[in-house]
Amino acid sequence: MTDYIATRDAYGKALAKLGEGDSRVVVLDADLSGSTKTGIFAKKFPERFFNMGVAEQDLIGTAAGFALAGKIPFASSFAMFAVGRAWEIVRNSVAYPHLNVKICASHAGLTVGEDGASHQIIEDLALTRVMPGMTVLVPADATETEQMVKAAAAHEGPVYIRLGRSKVPQLFDSSYQFKIGKANVIREGKDILLIACGIMVAPTLEAARTLETQGIAATVVNCASIKPLDADTIIPLAKKIGTVLTLEEHSIIGGLGSAICELLGEFPGIAVHRHGVNDEWGQSAPAEVLLKHYKLMPEDIVERVKKVRGQT
Amino acid sequence: MPSSEKIKELQEISRQLRMDVLQMLHKAKSGHTGGPLGMMEMMVALYFYKMHHDPKNPLWEDRDRFILANGHTAPALYACLAHAGYFPKSEFQNLRQLGSPLQGHPKRKPEWGIEMSTGSLGQGLSIANGLALAARLDKRSTRIYSMHSDGEAQEGMLWEGAMSAGFRKLDNRCCLLDFNNVQIDGFNKDIKDVSPLDEKFRAFGWQVFTIDGNNMEEVVSALDEAEKVKGKPTMIIAKTLIGKGVSIFENKPAYHGVTPSDAELELALEELNRITPS
Repeated sequence: MTDYIATRDAYGKALAKLGEGDSRVVVLDADLSGSTKTGIFAKKFPERFFNMGVAEQDLIGTAAGFALAGKIPFASSFAMFAVGRAWEIVRNSVAYPHLNVKICASHAGLTVGEDGASHQIIEDLALTRVMPGMTVLVPADATETEQMVKAAAAHEGPVYIRLGRSKVPQLFDSSYQFKIGKANVIREGKDILLIACGIMVAPTLEAARTLETQGIAATVVNCASIKPLDADTIIPLAKKIGTVLTLEEHSIIGGLGSAICELLGEFPGIAVHRHGVNDEWGQSAPAEVLLKHYKLMPEDIVERVKKVRGQT
Repeated sequence: MPSSEKIKELQEISRQLRMDVLQMLHKAKSGHTGGPLGMMEMMVALYFYKMHHDPKNPLWEDRDRFILANGHTAPALYACLAHAGYFPKSEFQNLRQLGSPLQGHPKRKPEWGIEMSTGSLGQGLSIANGLALAARLDKRSTRIYSMHSDGEAQEGMLWEGAMSAGFRKLDNRCCLLDFNNVQIDGFNKDIKDVSPLDEKFRAFGWQVFTIDGNNMEEVVSALDEAEKVKGKPTMIIAKTLIGKGVSIFENKPAYHGVTPSDAELELALEELNRITPS
């Protein structure tokens, strides 16, 4: 029986553990500590937790000040506000001076659900990866989240981690190894290369299993490190297989798919197709209804793979 | 209160640094003239009277910190840092030039005393608060200063930071606000009046001092008084004259964002050379 854990839950726990081992870790939130799960850290280390209230620009700016003083600040809010509303502060006060601020934002993507488009950021990967020196990470499950939080703390420089609201299946056990800048091949097959990130990794794996029964063998790569991208793993696979499909719960403009296109665009004989949210807004509905509507379910992936193979 | 000799010394440094600022701006042919001249007394009082810092050991952990939130006045900061010995004055030649550490707006280079990248208005107050919270957490007695402008008070983020500092009773925080009434499009009373600033900051939990920011005695005395305040952040609202020290620039919005021509520079230097501290 598969366990289902939301990446934000894993984040809260990982943060509290991190706080034990490193007194430089401070945590800031903007009145959403119950939702982002930084409340777990707050309970354990109240003196190192700072609730900045509903003020995300101040949240990021204050985190920058903590980093200037040698702390390792983790700043959390909903992704829409942490990197949407406060984008310029992330750019000018964190990324430009290359400060050691970790922005771990939850409720990214469509799966915020009923709150609707105003709260569903499907542009955050585009907004963050465009900044020089910014590390951009998306965990696929709880195990990866925990390792990612540790890796982010050990990494010198700004990091953005995209976390989700919904529970996602536990894909990896403790033998799994996340590294910044490394993509993981989690299934091998010669017919198509599926590169997924975040909550799309599980349905992609499921689609790959279905495709197998229909005679189509897929390689599945979990690309948790959007920036830096693992060129050493992805380029040879793409050259060998030739057909690539990217999968993300993000706009197909500017996210994982775009990053892969940028990486592979100069190689002849490779076709890259992007699957994600097309150029449109989200809307209110339960997460699972939205995933169906925006065609992000395993059966949608199966269908897209067949279409893509017909095209190439 | 420091001796009258010390005040005279600070006034003399201000005079010299105003000339440095004009020369570096003239060479760069780009930048802001009015602001750096107007707030020079405050910058000089911070770097040569009030702040604990050591140009020979720029990364000294217990140094006081200064964040220049109104980063377009960078030449005033560069003049102070070079005069203090963080880097040679010959670097002024490269202001705003490709590859120079002296960017148009400050770019972080702590070994040169440039503590933070700033310039996008409204961001500095929160950054300084973060430094102050960290100092409190580490039980350091350092003080965190930041400089702001009246135009900057139109940025919403400034008030987010003001609310945080007041709420958290950051008494290791001292802000100076250069109130020269001028922003790039004209007088701020005609664009978006920010007055009354004292009442606004008081309402946010600050201790407010209102001074003549071009009067060195008032500046140093306000900085001394601010240090004694417990349980509240302090705001020094300094009324200044934009372009102070050079009659052709004084109180002229036109000189907010332009640099002196050859003739203007000559006139200005001549005028500044004539001044002797009273």
